[in-house]
Amino acid sequence: MEHSQVNITRRRFIKGVIYSAAAAGSGTGWYLASAQSRPAGAVERLITINVNGRDRRVDVLPQETLAHTLRYKLGLTGTKLGCNRGECGACTVLINDVSQYACSLLTHTVKGRNVLTVEGLRAEDGTLHPVQAAFIEELSPACGFCTAGQVMSTVALLKQNPKPTREEARHALSGNLCRCGAYDHYLNGVMRASGQLS
Amino acid sequence: MTYMHIGKDFTPPDVEGKVTGAARYAEDFKREGLVFARLLTSPLPSGRVVNIDASEALAMDGVLGIFTADDLPPSAPPANPALAKEFITYIGQPILAVAAESELIAENAIEKIRIDFERYPFVTDPLDSLVEGGPNAYPMGNSLVNDGPEAAAGTTASGTGVGEVKWTQDQVTAFRNGREPVGATFGEEWTVGDLEGEFAQCTTIVEEPFVTIGQPHHSLESRTGMAYWENGKCYFHGSLQSHTVGVPALAGMLGTDPGNIVFINENTGGGFGSKIFPYPIMAVTGRFAQKLNRPLQLRITREEEFYIGSARSGMQGWIKVGLKDGGKVGAVDLIVVNDAGSGGGGSGSASAEHISIMFQPSAMRYRGLALYTNTTPRGAQRGPGQNEMAAVLAPMMDKAANQAGLDRVAFRRTNAPRPDAKIGPRQGGISSSYMPEAIDKAAQMFNWEEKKNLPRRISENKVRGIGVGQGYHSAGASGYDGLIRIAPDGKIHLHTGVGNLGTYSYAAVVRAAAEVLQCNWDNCVVEHGHSDLHLPHSTYQGGSNTIFTETRSSHVAALEVVRKLKQIAAGEFGGVADDYSIADERVFLTADNSKGMSFGEAAQKAIELGGEYSGMEYPDNIAGTTQRSVQALQGTGLIGVAKDTLPKSGTTPGMAIAFVEIELDTDTGKFDILDYAGVAECGTVIHPKGLRQAMNGGGIWGFGMAAFERHVYDPQNGLPANVGLYQSKPPTYLDVPVHMNTAGIDMPDPQSPVGARGIGEPAQGCAVAALMSALTDALDGHLFNRTPVTADMIVNHIAQNGYNTGDLKTNTF
Repeated sequence: MEHSQVNITRRRFIKGVIYSAAAAGSGTGWYLASAQSRPAGAVERLITINVNGRDRRVDVLPQETLAHTLRYKLGLTGTKLGCNRGECGACTVLINDVSQYACSLLTHTVKGRNVLTVEGLRAEDGTLHPVQAAFIEELSPACGFCTAGQVMSTVALLKQNPKPTREEARHALSGNLCRCGAYDHYLNGVMRASGQLS
Repeated sequence: MTYMHIGKDFTPPDVEGKVTGAARYAEDFKREGLVFARLLTSPLPSGRVVNIDASEALAMDGVLGIFTADDLPPSAPPANPALAKEFITYIGQPILAVAAESELIAENAIEKIRIDFERYPFVTDPLDSLVEGGPNAYPMGNSLVNDGPEAAAGTTASGTGVGEVKWTQDQVTAFRNGREPVGATFGEEWTVGDLEGEFAQCTTIVEEPFVTIGQPHHSLESRTGMAYWENGKCYFHGSLQSHTVGVPALAGMLGTDPGNIVFINENTGGGFGSKIFPYPIMAVTGRFAQKLNRPLQLRITREEEFYIGSARSGMQGWIKVGLKDGGKVGAVDLIVVNDAGSGGGGSGSASAEHISIMFQPSAMRYRGLALYTNTTPRGAQRGPGQNEMAAVLAPMMDKAANQAGLDRVAFRRTNAPRPDAKIGPRQGGISSSYMPEAIDKAAQMFNWEEKKNLPRRISENKVRGIGVGQGYHSAGASGYDGLIRIAPDGKIHLHTGVGNLGTYSYAAVVRAAAEVLQCNWDNCVVEHGHSDLHLPHSTYQGGSNTIFTETRSSHVAALEVVRKLKQIAAGEFGGVADDYSIADERVFLTADNSKGMSFGEAAQKAIELGGEYSGMEYPDNIAGTTQRSVQALQGTGLIGVAKDTLPKSGTTPGMAIAFVEIELDTDTGKFDILDYAGVAECGTVIHPKGLRQAMNGGGIWGFGMAAFERHVYDPQNGLPANVGLYQSKPPTYLDVPVHMNTAGIDMPDPQSPVGARGIGEPAQGCAVAALMSALTDALDGHLFNRTPVTADMIVNHIAQNGYNTGDLKTNTF
């Protein structure tokens, strides 16, 4: 793991997050602008991260979160930002099969680890992942903004516990907020994906 | 009645995108040359901007411009302005925006701006403002004036003026202590029947104060927007609950013609009433993009969403209920003081309507007042008025039933609305009611007769509570347009201007057209979410309004398609239209089905014929939005377009009833919901899974209102204490039942061609009421008369610390 040689204040960290959020939006134009306004010590590093089975080379700031790298540098907008402060779980991804909030994870920390996002679940032939298929069958999503996070937490759960009880499932997914209140339908999806609901 | 599509589950076309991440929301769109805006928001709860010095910011490299209230049309209180200048009324209120080549530059520029403010007194509790000498939220007053001399020129329909209403100290003290404030002034008042005479006949009287605290919507998708202008048109990626009905309002905000707006909004990450119509900040996004002539994104953070994302109005009130022998509700006297926040409105009359329809009192009086506070703007939130009334009313009605020696469910059935029910100050009728049947069905699902006799004491520190509650909201309108196009390839394009707010109603309603056309659903294409798909004028998505209203407009458009199909076939094969039938996507001679053509062939023929068949001509009575869409589709197929002029009378009611069983820990005040059963009285069920989504989701919202969610402000500085999700505490998986048991009564409303009405709002109202009822039941009938009832309140009550309404204090712990 690489370490930054500068002290980063909380204010500078937050600014850096905003800074990185702008990146993909303006493409090349942003990079020209960023060179003039970069916080002192905020040096970009070209690193390689493995996302959905592919090695991706990406310029990353020391204080850049994985959610921003995914959404704004790699174009993987399936990962949503509901709060950007570790409260809602909409940005949940898997790091080496463990569910984590991408908004609360620095991209530099996932070097050499496998990042799985909702876009990486389909089989190569386009077949939906069993969790995705089950969520469709149970009409689990409502507005859908939290759904990617719910899907990823379920995928992580079933890797650890292929036949969870409903009680175990709700504990495992309790870090994923659904403002629409579709919890019953997501739990039905978990049960169906695990073969416990026909 | 046997249907082909109605009442059947289906897979809405947008679901796959939601589980794969392909579904795109406003913030997911980018544009070449995109620039970024950030907001500078008010640090003051009340005041005005004296001077803005942005010179240093504007000199920074990469800064493109500043946008202030001076760049917008003037706005007068109580309208909620997109950017404040003369009237700052809450902390977090946007004052200006800065655009730059990156968000970081914009954020740095914000820090370089110097603003001189003038600070005003502020208030966070309506009753603190109501008392003589109390501070006002606006310099000119504290109260919504509906008949004020000056119309609000802003972007919300919050009222027409600000006046001042004050009560004497004695009146406020009486009100805080749960007594009628005799001689007090109100902004709204109505009476039905002989109030005093009916009370005189009542043998059971319950008189209680109550307070409900408002809470933010906290839609998970904030109201980020991105806009750009090309060739005089504004392309706006936004997040609204509704679609086409919002376009004229958005055009007005941006100072252009509705035909110049291309609104793109295929998915909406929650709204719950806060995104029914365009909201003020959209004016900044669109006009700032126009000013800079660049694509511009204004991203709204979670904290900013709390400030500008709207919230439910709170209530402080007093009620007196009288029951006659046998349990009939004889009279109700109700006072509601609404917390209208900044620039919001009151929903007290809607609260009164809940009582009026659910209990059918012989006489009723309502007196209401909406007072502004220096808290976030208030607006519609899932059953505004009705649902918070349901919450505090249920335990009071339980108390009345218990005093009268009545079973709580039988009491509600006695007073439940029948088809001849009356509602509100005008005592108008309703389109239908099967509420007694719904009560019976839900009671059976819950096993009420057995559970009501279960012992309340479970163990030394665990008690059981059983509750019942009802929800109501009006649920339907008429007069909107339906639009269908059959293409020569045989595809049936069902155009709808219904927004995709997560209920799947945009797809469910057009199945009423597929039903008329008797066509294969897989051959239908639902056109929605993008102005360039040429959508009709549809109703707004709010108020449980969509299902009833838009199945009607879909139905009439489909009838037009069938009429034209038959006329085309008659022209081709002879005879008259009535000689023809449709089936299997063919129109054919009923007596000889070999003489016919496919829908696709008929569409090709429609193009050749022109005129009304291909949309070259269209009815005069369709809305301008629909006319533009038909014009865009002219000559591309067989066009069916019509305005819903089907008969409609009275209020279309959406109603629901729920039962809750809880296990409450008397040591901690925490409870678990062991059982939940809810039944929707929404007419025919057109989409069973969608109905369960609505009922279950509404149930979760009910639990949040009952036990968790509320505004909290520091009364010394006006600072909000719960800007994030964690502090606001929407329910999580662990706060709700492991299973939820919900269903619909599935009996048709005669004013809908498919018998259906909406249910989104009542789904919350019945749940919050049932949970409040269960909490009271678990605590030997104790009335908190407050939402939310939090664990600390329960523990304090058990410890005999005496906490209940807390002198009607609001916006606090």
